[in-house]
Amino acid sequence: MTAQEVRLCGLLLQEHFGEVVERIGTHLLRGGAQNLRTIANETNTPLDLVKKSLCVLVQHGACEFRSGRRGPGSPVEYRASCERVLRVLRYPRYIYTAKTLYGDTGELIVEEVLQRGHMTMSNTVKTVADRLTHNMEEGRSMEYSEVVSAFSKLVETHFLQRCPPVAEVGTAATSATPATPGTPAAPASTAPPTAESNPDCYKLPHVTLIGRGKRRRSSDDSEEQRGGKKAKMDSESCGDEGIYWQVNFERFHQHFRDQAIISAVASKMDQTSSEIVRTMLRMSEVTTTQTAAYTQPLSANEVFRSLPPNYSISRPILDQYLSLLVDDPMEFVGKSGDSGGGMYVVNLQRALANLARATLESVVQERFGSRSARIFRLLLRKRHLEQKQVEDFAMIPAKEAKDMLYTLLSENLVQLQEIPKTPDHAPSRTFYLYTVNQLPTARLLLQHCYKTVANLIERRLFETKENKRLLEKSQRIEAILASLQASGAEPEQLTEVEEMITAPERQQLEALRHHINKKKNPENHIVGFFMNLFVNYGGK
Amino acid sequence: MAGLGRGQGRGKGYMSFSIEAVGIGKGENLPPSILQPTPLFPPMEHKPVPLVMGEEAEYMLALKQEFRGNMKTLPFYVRPAVSKKDVERYSDKYQNSEPSDNTIEWNPDWKRLPKELRIRVKKPLKENTSLSVETPVDPKPSKKTQVDKEEIIHKLETLEKKEEEVTSDEEEGEKKKQEEEQQDGEEEYDEEEFEEVSICSQCQMAS
Repeated sequence: MTAQEVRLCGLLLQEHFGEVVERIGTHLLRGGAQNLRTIANETNTPLDLVKKSLCVLVQHGACEFRSGRRGPGSPVEYRASCERVLRVLRYPRYIYTAKTLYGDTGELIVEEVLQRGHMTMSNTVKTVADRLTHNMEEGRSMEYSEVVSAFSKLVETHFLQRCPPVAEVGTAATSATPATPGTPAAPASTAPPTAESNPDCYKLPHVTLIGRGKRRRSSDDSEEQRGGKKAKMDSESCGDEGIYWQVNFERFHQHFRDQAIISAVASKMDQTSSEIVRTMLRMSEVTTTQTAAYTQPLSANEVFRSLPPNYSISRPILDQYLSLLVDDPMEFVGKSGDSGGGMYVVNLQRALANLARATLESVVQERFGSRSARIFRLLLRKRHLEQKQVEDFAMIPAKEAKDMLYTLLSENLVQLQEIPKTPDHAPSRTFYLYTVNQLPTARLLLQHCYKTVANLIERRLFETKENKRLLEKSQRIEAILASLQASGAEPEQLTEVEEMITAPERQQLEALRHHINKKKNPENHIVGFFMNLFVNYGGK
Repeated sequence: MAGLGRGQGRGKGYMSFSIEAVGIGKGENLPPSILQPTPLFPPMEHKPVPLVMGEEAEYMLALKQEFRGNMKTLPFYVRPAVSKKDVERYSDKYQNSEPSDNTIEWNPDWKRLPKELRIRVKKPLKENTSLSVETPVDPKPSKKTQVDKEEIIHKLETLEKKEEEVTSDEEEGEKKKQEEEQQDGEEEYDEEEFEEVSICSQCQMAS
């Protein structure tokens, strides 16, 4: 938890949950595990507000609690998780992925679950059906069964998972999830249970939800709705109380990783090879654990059979493609044996490491120029080089090479390694070698990314505050316009209203909107994402 | 190979290692040493690459803005109660007040939270919300599904909207009103249960 990460987490919490939760959250992030009273005292917040904020944080999975470390009598301790809060940055990407895979219904399901932290299935289905109905034309409404089918697809492919059962803290009672009879209640467990440890993690509850989404109407239909509601299902509980579902972030990250590898192959080689890699990844989706270094070996025969029908290539061509992929220096695919026409694996870890390295190189190129990038690439490949050797290999005149090296050194992208010849480390008898350590450099870049995002958020907040008056005025104008149009006004009235906002103001507004919208650019995320993946894989 | 340095760094700057080994020749023009922190906005020699703005990126941007906007309306956005600086007014008893500190506007599953975090749940206003925050309704024998006249329901709803759970002083009066409503067939028994529990816990804490 670096200072930059904590600052970014604070900003994200503030935007989504308000200042109170931000204060409590930052305090927890900086201070580690604490109990309720300590938090209230140290942040000077009234106890009730602290309780509320902790409820919100636990609901969204940002905070965990366990019984105190000093024995059974000590108060409950709360610990916030930086990583979980930083995932908020990727929420739009998760929602968009769900949309591409499962359509609008999937998108809304994931959005609802992300907004509420965790929800029961029946709750989700109802809310999503209502939202979908709201967007449809008059007279049509959304069936619950369609939403349920989208939900079950998401669960089958492991994008949604059950929340782990919670051992009742502070009492001797067992946890309250009715559908997990086999899980032993362990109130004194040392590690909090993960979602995966629950054997029923991906099992749908046996609930039949029949009905249609309700359209939100104006007040005169309210009684009718209430009567209808009573008759249908709200009067009885839906049978899945206590079973909460949350988004399985690791599965989404796996999906992004696969996408990154496929697009890298497509841009380096051609579309057909990327399809081959996509097929291989799809086949090993369920058999590969999340932190595996490479997928399970697949024989060329299997790959041939599972290729999508519109990519009908003949068997020898497939073999050629596979051998090309194996020989590629990026090492996406490796050959692990010869049975079954050749056993091939996708080298996940190597592929990610190479992608991260390529990102590093391009960052250096954009910031320092192509010659510095040449030096950087040289150092990456040759590992340790002396000053003189760098000049020779890079074919750059000595003075400039020196300059660039020292700039890179001052930015900490390149390190100096001393190798003494004698035990007394005399400077005249020591080798000084330049080197690049990939993992620490990647971490450094990641922290830079976090800092950039935090700066951008602050800038956006500043700009919004500065121009609040203008933004409010434009909002009011839009509202007036909309109401006029709805009541069928004449064009002259409309133009008159539009002219209320003068031309320079309009320009200013456009520029402002442009700036505000560009903040938190997605590029940062891509870079940050690669670095994150690489760091998490403990890359070589 | 290397290490052709001439001894212990005599001359301009005395450093712990031989600067020739790193490549600085004798009497060479070094850039001036930095005597202050780097400027806050240093001039950039290389301009950054333009942003990637495709259709996907636009959509995700719109998603993000919508998400942020939605979060502000959800009850998870905790707003501390602002104390009124004005004189206490009679209408305060019957008007909507801002969220107060000792109630929580949504109904979490208390079994998943430690006991010490439990606060009173504020009953959401009975408007036409599609926000279904489900409370586990206990099947009680006295729940009657009567044939309710529409006007009575309407009247009760407007009455309900006026009531609030504002301060602990009002609890008694509210409890009575809630009992009245119960007899007419309105639900939300949990509300009362939680109230009782919270009252007991508050009594316990006070003693």
